[in-house]
Amino acid sequence: MSTFLQQLFNALALGGVYALVALGLTLVYGVMRVPNFAHGGLYMLGAYLSYAVLTGLGWGYVPALLISAVGVALLAAFMERVIFYPMRNAPHVHPMIAAIGVLFFLEAAVQLVWGPDFKQITEPVPGIVNVGGVIVTWQRLLVIAASVVVMLGLNYFLKRTLTGATIEAMSQNREGARLVGVNTNRVGMMTFAISGALAAAAATLIAPIISVSPSMGEVMNLKVFAIIILGGMGSVPGAIVGAFLLALAEVFGGYYISLDFSDVIGFAMLVIVLALKPQGLFKRGT
Amino acid sequence: MLDSSVGTGSNSVGTELLRVEGLGIRFGGLHAVKDVTATIPAGQITAIIGPNGAGKSTFFNLISGFYKPTTGRIIFGGEDITRLKTHEVVASGMARTFQTTTIYKELSVLENAMIGHRVRTRAGLLDALLRTGRERKDEQESRDAALTALTRVGIAAHAGRPAGAMTQEGQKRVGIAMALASNPKLLLLDEPAAGMNPEETVSLMALIRELVAGGLTVTLVEHKMSLVMSLADHILVLHHGQKISEGVPAQVSRDPAVIEAYLGSHAHGGQMGQATVAATGEAPHA
Amino acid sequence: MLSNAGANSAGAARFKLGTWGWVAVFVLAALVPLFGPSGYLLDIGVNIMIYAMLAYGMNVLLGYTGQLPLAHAGFFGIGAYTVGILTLKAGWSFWLAWPVAVALCAVLGLLLGLVAFRTKGDAFSIFTLGVGVIIMLVINKWDALTGGNEGLNGINPPAGLEALSKGVGLKLSAGFYYLALIALILTVLAVARARGSVFGRSLIAIRGGEDLARSAGIDVFTHKLRAMMLSTAIAGFAGGVYAVYVGFLGSASAGPAMTFTVLLYLLAGGLGTLAGPLIGPALLYTLTQSLKGLQDYQYIVFGPLLVLLIMFAPQGLAGLWMKAQARRELAAVTGKKGAERA
Repeated sequence: MSTFLQQLFNALALGGVYALVALGLTLVYGVMRVPNFAHGGLYMLGAYLSYAVLTGLGWGYVPALLISAVGVALLAAFMERVIFYPMRNAPHVHPMIAAIGVLFFLEAAVQLVWGPDFKQITEPVPGIVNVGGVIVTWQRLLVIAASVVVMLGLNYFLKRTLTGATIEAMSQNREGARLVGVNTNRVGMMTFAISGALAAAAATLIAPIISVSPSMGEVMNLKVFAIIILGGMGSVPGAIVGAFLLALAEVFGGYYISLDFSDVIGFAMLVIVLALKPQGLFKRGT
Repeated sequence: MLDSSVGTGSNSVGTELLRVEGLGIRFGGLHAVKDVTATIPAGQITAIIGPNGAGKSTFFNLISGFYKPTTGRIIFGGEDITRLKTHEVVASGMARTFQTTTIYKELSVLENAMIGHRVRTRAGLLDALLRTGRERKDEQESRDAALTALTRVGIAAHAGRPAGAMTQEGQKRVGIAMALASNPKLLLLDEPAAGMNPEETVSLMALIRELVAGGLTVTLVEHKMSLVMSLADHILVLHHGQKISEGVPAQVSRDPAVIEAYLGSHAHGGQMGQATVAATGEAPHA
Repeated sequence: MLSNAGANSAGAARFKLGTWGWVAVFVLAALVPLFGPSGYLLDIGVNIMIYAMLAYGMNVLLGYTGQLPLAHAGFFGIGAYTVGILTLKAGWSFWLAWPVAVALCAVLGLLLGLVAFRTKGDAFSIFTLGVGVIIMLVINKWDALTGGNEGLNGINPPAGLEALSKGVGLKLSAGFYYLALIALILTVLAVARARGSVFGRSLIAIRGGEDLARSAGIDVFTHKLRAMMLSTAIAGFAGGVYAVYVGFLGSASAGPAMTFTVLLYLLAGGLGTLAGPLIGPALLYTLTQSLKGLQDYQYIVFGPLLVLLIMFAPQGLAGLWMKAQARRELAAVTGKKGAERA
């Protein structure tokens, strides 16, 4: 029983991180109709920026997280302005290909600056805690708590602020939003910025548990794409549910079936779901 | 009566070519088209009219197999085509054009028409790779059928031009040629006069009459009332997705239900005014 | 028939010119080993041709049908590993294993298509990316069959290739060069025929708009399936050559990074053109090899290059050339007309 709970905590922490990364991706897709393959690159860059602030400047974990989030947000907004906004009327494979180019570039650039080796970020709160007989690291608890807080914040933003409501309106219906006079031009940039900040925050949260490497973005990229397809592309609740489903499948599949194939399990799940329900589990309103 | 309309394509004028029974479709909770029963007589021009949002285009997409109905049946030439895929509907002898000038603008006029003949050819990938006799025969046939179709719409001289380089009216004709190249019995035109100036509209109407004189059955959705009243032999009026009237132009334009529907939707009151003038001002043509 | 794809109004004269152009290119390519070039040069040639075949396969789906398949390298890997496993572990001859690998890739392409084409557009690409990753992971983890992380080592050259090469006074490396060249010629011929056919025109129609194609009477699903099979069969065909050429296989060659590289080459050369899939690898692969310092960080340059290409020249170099040629022709035609009038 305690191993089960232990695994459950692991899955929740992993799911929280997946959710943060996937939310940004699904928002960008909903608003811009761009499957942003560079998203994993932004996530990876977020981890490196935090690493740089922590080791280079010697600042604390929280400032590192914030600086990294702001930095990646600015870069993502810049990307939207220079690349994706000008391509908004191009055939749909074009922005996808451009995003792949950005991913290549980010990976190579990070490798050039920080080298190909693994980097380690130390846990801000080291040690373990006993939660009702289950041993959990503080970092995992922190990840779970922080991702819940960020998700609640995002929800508040989408539901209660004008910009947020606009983003939601646009992801539901682009043309409609344009007709009622929403400035769709700026919303795309905002959405990209938010998605970048979310990815960077997620990367900083998980970095002390895993190691930081230039290729960490590729794996995450594939997983979050699996998640948003599972959840229905553009759907916010779908992304969250998909994230936790994937994390549960990976953690328990890895534990009870084979650790070797834990990465395959996620994709196998994706293939099966899509074969049965091409629209994803949560079809978006059209 | 059913037997006479199967297969041959040379239906005597006025017999039933297409019949819909209790046709309906729901999008989410909304009945876009509801319980429509109507017939399209062979060898004539049938117009589908109705105020904005009456479900004309949806109805059109239903009979052309583009949408699958949630209720009802479509009988074409005596055969139930309700469940056929779009390309199978085309194969059964029904071809359509789109509201806008939806054609392959970057391809030549001839190639556009040749694409329309694809449904009558069988050569596949293996024929292509091995350059079989069937491939050569089908290619020649496509070319001949396409040229015939272009001649019928009067643009054979432009066969080599890129379709996008044609005038608006020329592009409409390319679209009609593409449809004709499939040797249809029934030609569906979605707002053929949209975006045409009065001169072009007149020449397009002449073309439609010519095609019908040649034995084709034409059904069109149209907004321009003057055009409908002077062109159509048979009119079907939809309102809120339901059929409210059916008959010859003079009869339909005096139908209180039709007048009310048009007056009720103020945006189109003016058009109906035009229609009444058109219907009373000139004798309904024989 | 080797008429230039995309050029539709091409008259008989231009069609012949295109065909002779290709004959000239291949004859020149065939002459290269006779001048006793270094093994390094021949190696670059073989690599270019393998990449070109992959790019032709991708072009069938992306360039002609408008679908971005991101499992492409997976099929390259399946083709290569099928040849590797059948020759190494089952003792088959390469000449038998190769066609079997191609057929297997076509069948697997059909199976993938049956599922993947239930999704459309972006979802299709992401779905196939997922499949591509699964293929790579399975190859990487299935130790008993594929050698897993260690890879598959010691795949022999095709039976008789060395004897044949020596017999005509050439090295084995030249023999491989000719093997790749013949495979490339077959690929170009197959793609050109597919493009120039009734079938190929239907693919172009699907690329131009699926809804329109469907309404015009084209069985979109079936055509996409056939295009997918041709594409994956070509990838497997290239994989077979690769397996015997390099002699050892690792799972990375089946992964998304390989797919993305092919995508870059294809875009640089020219999407939807017949020459592009050859031009792209020829230029970019040579460039990477010649700039030694670039190799580790090539994507610092190639990443932005990919972005710039897709933004400003999505038809690549071949597309730019064709556009210029079309403009010249137009000028010639209008000039002639003017002269007639005068």
